[in-house]
Amino acid sequence: MTPAEAQALADGIVERSLPGEQLEAVVSWARNTEVRAHGGELEHLVSAEEFGVGVRVIRDGKQGLSWAGVLDSAELARCVSEARDNSAFGTPDPNAGLAQSDSVVPQQLDLVDRALADVPTIDKVEIALRLDRAITAADKRVVGHEGADYGDGIGVSAISSTEGIRAAEEETSTFLGTYALASDGSDTTTGFGMSVGRGFGDLNVDSTVEEAVERAVLLLGARKAPSRRTTVILDPYVCSQFLGILGDMLSAEEVLRGRSPFADRVGEEVASPLLTLTDDPLCVEAPTASGVDGEGLACRPLTLISAGVLEGFMHNAYTARAMGTRSTGSASRASHRSAPGVAPKVLGVRAGAFNPSEILAEVGDGLLVHELAGLHSGVNPVSGDMSVGAEGVIVRGGELAEPVREITIASTLQRMLTDVVAVGKDLRFFPWESSGVTLAIADMTMSGS
Amino acid sequence: MLDHSTISAVLTAGMEEGADFTEIFVEDRQSISAMLDDGRVEELASGRDRGAGIRVVSGETTGFAHTADLSVESLRVAARTAAAGARGGTGKALPISASPRSAAGRTLPTILPENVDKGEKVALLKAAEDAARSENQAISQVTARYADSRRRIQVANSDGIHSADDQVRTMFSVSTVASGDTGMQTGRESVGRTVGFELFSETDVAELARTAAQRAITKLAARPAPSGEMTVVIGPGGGGVMFHEACGHGLEADLVAKGASVFAGRVGEKVASELVTLVDDGTMDGEWGHTTIDDEGLAVRRNVLISDGVLMDYMWDGLRARSEGRNSSGNGRRQSYRHLPMVRMTNTYLLAGESDPADIVADTESGVYVAHLGGGQVNTATGDFVFGMTEAYLIEEGRITAPLREGNLIGNGPAVLANIDAVGDDFSMGAPGTCGKDGQGVPVGDGVPTLRVHGLTIGGTAA
Repeated sequence: MTPAEAQALADGIVERSLPGEQLEAVVSWARNTEVRAHGGELEHLVSAEEFGVGVRVIRDGKQGLSWAGVLDSAELARCVSEARDNSAFGTPDPNAGLAQSDSVVPQQLDLVDRALADVPTIDKVEIALRLDRAITAADKRVVGHEGADYGDGIGVSAISSTEGIRAAEEETSTFLGTYALASDGSDTTTGFGMSVGRGFGDLNVDSTVEEAVERAVLLLGARKAPSRRTTVILDPYVCSQFLGILGDMLSAEEVLRGRSPFADRVGEEVASPLLTLTDDPLCVEAPTASGVDGEGLACRPLTLISAGVLEGFMHNAYTARAMGTRSTGSASRASHRSAPGVAPKVLGVRAGAFNPSEILAEVGDGLLVHELAGLHSGVNPVSGDMSVGAEGVIVRGGELAEPVREITIASTLQRMLTDVVAVGKDLRFFPWESSGVTLAIADMTMSGS
Repeated sequence: MLDHSTISAVLTAGMEEGADFTEIFVEDRQSISAMLDDGRVEELASGRDRGAGIRVVSGETTGFAHTADLSVESLRVAARTAAAGARGGTGKALPISASPRSAAGRTLPTILPENVDKGEKVALLKAAEDAARSENQAISQVTARYADSRRRIQVANSDGIHSADDQVRTMFSVSTVASGDTGMQTGRESVGRTVGFELFSETDVAELARTAAQRAITKLAARPAPSGEMTVVIGPGGGGVMFHEACGHGLEADLVAKGASVFAGRVGEKVASELVTLVDDGTMDGEWGHTTIDDEGLAVRRNVLISDGVLMDYMWDGLRARSEGRNSSGNGRRQSYRHLPMVRMTNTYLLAGESDPADIVADTESGVYVAHLGGGQVNTATGDFVFGMTEAYLIEEGRITAPLREGNLIGNGPAVLANIDAVGDDFSMGAPGTCGKDGQGVPVGDGVPTLRVHGLTIGGTAA
């Protein structure tokens, strides 16, 4: 499906609207390939094509939604009438309403590698097999892996509404990744490696293997460490996960519903002056870049925290109307099945001046964290309490010392922000909505033996 | 669902270039959810997804394709695409082992949710909100969610299996925020069963809401959780997720085969305290992880994984069982027709022991009592796992005392299983869960009696 075809389909659904109602249609289409190699063999090859339509109807301040997964006209008709019927059960809300076009024109970002469509399947199988062979050959302590994975996708989305909103976007993505298993005869450790891009040529087998092997081998011999308070250094991967949670707390949706501890703090110092936090959806190097938000408004760069001072929150059309401000183009849809919420696209901290070894030297004694566990169970974005499982390496005298595992690190998100003591320059993007740099945070509790 | 001639045409198309196995999985899923937040019913959403996934296995290689178009032409194309994928490998052929079997149908629930007026579902949300807000003035926010789904599946394969199931699930949850001098705290309670709308004749949503409210209120006065290794007593019901993480995932045969489990090669060995008998049971009628057949068309079973501390067997799906020349344990599950099946848990629980729960607490000099758990996560290769505590208290001199703020607990599966020294006689199942693996989520249940374990590390901030 081309963006123009998706747009025409969305426009056609909007034509089914009745007088007195607002109607919005989103169309998504994707074609994906997924290859897994293991033990010198192709384990599976998945060829998938997905299609979905979502319809939102707002009438008398009440909202209803419906979706369909097949492209037949009876299903589309059902979808529209069901969304309309569902709206009857909502509670009237004067702020309910679809997004209205504003003065910012959506940018047509170049998110497509045209050559991807012509890459033969056999090449995709071969790169996964090559990754499989290279991991096990890389180091004698590497005993295997959980799967050498290749994935790619071509995705098209379009939106249309009775309010004159019309936008379509296309993107391609590629992925190579694995979890290496290393063993010293008694313990087994794991380490991930990944490479992402928009085209087949962007992927790098060697760097993926190097990363996975280095991370797994580094943890061999890891033990529990004694409990204490210490400075924790998050690597870019762990930092990106931490920022992802912070993103939830800076959504106007959470503020509006009294669930953000930052609600009344705009203009105040909420973080270390070293920290500037932005959402820049137009940054095309990021895999999640986009020119259009989940309601069809232009995405735009936004500064959330500037040198430690809270500048504001992310808004969609609804939260903006309810709080008397303008949408920041931060409407986000998990899929065509969901109503637009609020979320960043490319959240990140402004890179600092130091490389990781300079940060280790500066910190002196602490804990470098490589992997977190239990983020969804151990972080409460309402209270800010945070306590997560961690793996990493003790830092002593500015150098990496012994590896540790089966420990937790804990603080509150509010305190972690003010306790940032160093920001790295090693910015890295991941295939999710937050980037990362090496980030040092003082005075966290490490729990172990 | 598809007729016999269409199924047979698809299976033939999958096998025509020479393959060991072809399977078609057809799914038609309708669902509805309604949410109340910030005093308003803001979202009633409903929809339907249907389609078929076709899997062709040749040697060690699986080819998979899916389509939302259920016409015979389109299904044939998908079957040929999957077959071409399976030929991308070079593995040797395996014998086809299974003889034709079939399993079908379930008795539909007493009250099919699709026959219940939407207004009645929305009314439950309002009742829950009222109950939570009137429980205590400190409750500053309430979110209530209702959801039901009906998933009809049909599975047929070249081994002669042809099965069908009709799975109806209904769930309800309430989340609260309490505000006080110490900031905000949250509470949550949920119920979910593989039943219809009759769920609400056995469950009072107002009661559920009061529990969620109380959980948030209690934590307003909570102190920071301790930090370090402690004795932990886990209350009945809520603690099942610990076993799900500590050993459940590590007993999935696909992870075992890749050397990514600390339990690999240990069948017949003692892997836990003799107080531990762990069962995975898809047959538990009405439980959240219950179905009649798995997503490979086999009847689900009750599988004893650990008996009196000894590892009896792993959990198996068809693919992994074929390569080991044995039978599947009925644990092949998938999120939807768009996904490949994998080894997954169903309802995983620890059998009750003989201790009086009150004695277990009274015999604990100091430690932590965890009444309600959040989710968890495990690295099956190292055995290290975490789970969150969403309602917990200190134990001092054999008594449950001060409430604690939230935190994660961390432990190592084999070590924790060996360190269970008391199991109560008060078994109950816990809250409905969604288990994630390789990007796929499936509904699972779990349960435990009261139990005590040494050597878990509490990840709090207090000394």
